[in-house]
Amino acid sequence: MVAMADARPQAPALTARAAGLAGCRACGLVSQRGTPSCPRCGGALHSREPQSLQRVWAWLLVGLICYVPANLLPMMITSAAGKTYRSNILGGVIDLVHHGALGVAAVVFVASIVIPVSKFGVIAMLAISVQRRSRIPVHARIHLYHAVEFIGRWSMVDVFVVAILAALVRMGFFASIDPGPAAIFFALSVAFTMISAQAMDPRLIWDSASDADHD
Amino acid sequence: MRTAAAHPGSSPDAAAARGGGHADDALFACPICDALHRAAEPPPGGRLRCRRCGEVLMTNRPSAMDRTLAGAFASIVMMAGAVFFPFLEMSILGIERRVSVVDAALAFSASSLLAPLAVAVGLLIIVIPLIRGGALVYTVLPMRLGLPAAPGAREAFRLATRLKPWSMAEIFIIGVVVALVKIAGMASIHLGPAFWAMACLVLLVVLEGTSICEWSLWQTLDRKRRR
Repeated sequence: MVAMADARPQAPALTARAAGLAGCRACGLVSQRGTPSCPRCGGALHSREPQSLQRVWAWLLVGLICYVPANLLPMMITSAAGKTYRSNILGGVIDLVHHGALGVAAVVFVASIVIPVSKFGVIAMLAISVQRRSRIPVHARIHLYHAVEFIGRWSMVDVFVVAILAALVRMGFFASIDPGPAAIFFALSVAFTMISAQAMDPRLIWDSASDADHD
Repeated sequence: MRTAAAHPGSSPDAAAARGGGHADDALFACPICDALHRAAEPPPGGRLRCRRCGEVLMTNRPSAMDRTLAGAFASIVMMAGAVFFPFLEMSILGIERRVSVVDAALAFSASSLLAPLAVAVGLLIIVIPLIRGGALVYTVLPMRLGLPAAPGAREAFRLATRLKPWSMAEIFIIGVVVALVKIAGMASIHLGPAFWAMACLVLLVVLEGTSICEWSLWQTLDRKRRR
């Protein structure tokens, strides 16, 4: 029994691919290379996901495109006593700061701006690091991969906030909140970047690391 | 308690011979780094990590199957409650409003541009969590009762795994909290029973997610299917 708390690459480990096998990403079972689908779970079987990076880049690009109108168009249209006020994502954060709700302002700022922007950056960095045989430590890259997979979905919180407010505040002339067109672009951007992160095959990150060692 | 997974010999020929022809039950590959391992049961309460990248590969929690089932059942019941009862009540200037989870999804249906978003939100916070809970019960319950696997159990469990990131009930709860703070100044708010149902659901989802060992579940499912 060996404690693995500080596992770092030791002797080059034997990979399923080097042994002529393909591991299933869903259930872990190994089969002979070229088996079309996993005999255990029935999922499509690939030693490495085909066109993984192309799909990562394509989804990332549409996610990025959707993120532009998501920030420029109004996210929420508030009307009170006959006056109408349109606010976009950043405007909503600033309003919260003015109201003194710093904690919630921080939650919205992190979920709608910090997470999406850093997600674009991290996914692009991971894809480039595979293509260029980066020397960034592989453990750091895998940590980032896990972080992006885990955290990306939380950006959807802003869409839900708008939905709840719009459902709740319907007092006709006195006060009403309507969702703005940015909501759909923001939701699409979050969904596309989630798909982009899922298209990334982490085994490629490890391949690029072990290939660099051989140089 | 952490243990390294047993590692097969470093000779590729030996491993290939073992894999020969059809799937080898004893060998598995880390989904993150592709390192080959020989399957070994982790000690009770312990887990098995990948030798190469440290990813948790297998867990051995007592009654993991019961916990998964309980979590899935409870999430279905809680979700039914959350859909049919109002989760928020608000009054401004004497005007009262009650809102259910369905109303929140329908908030986008007023304009034709945003109508698809109403469908998407309904999927993310109601339909997908329900399908996921149903698929888990469908897969695990026969296994727990010692019955043969239900038809299509593999597909159902694969569906439950794939839907996991798209099941967003817990994110919706955080959204409720943020929304409440946003309007706290202008209205008095009452949290309805559905809010607490959803909040319980979130806790259950988190607990259920940590108890399941996908490797052993697939292994059991596979053996039942072959019998």
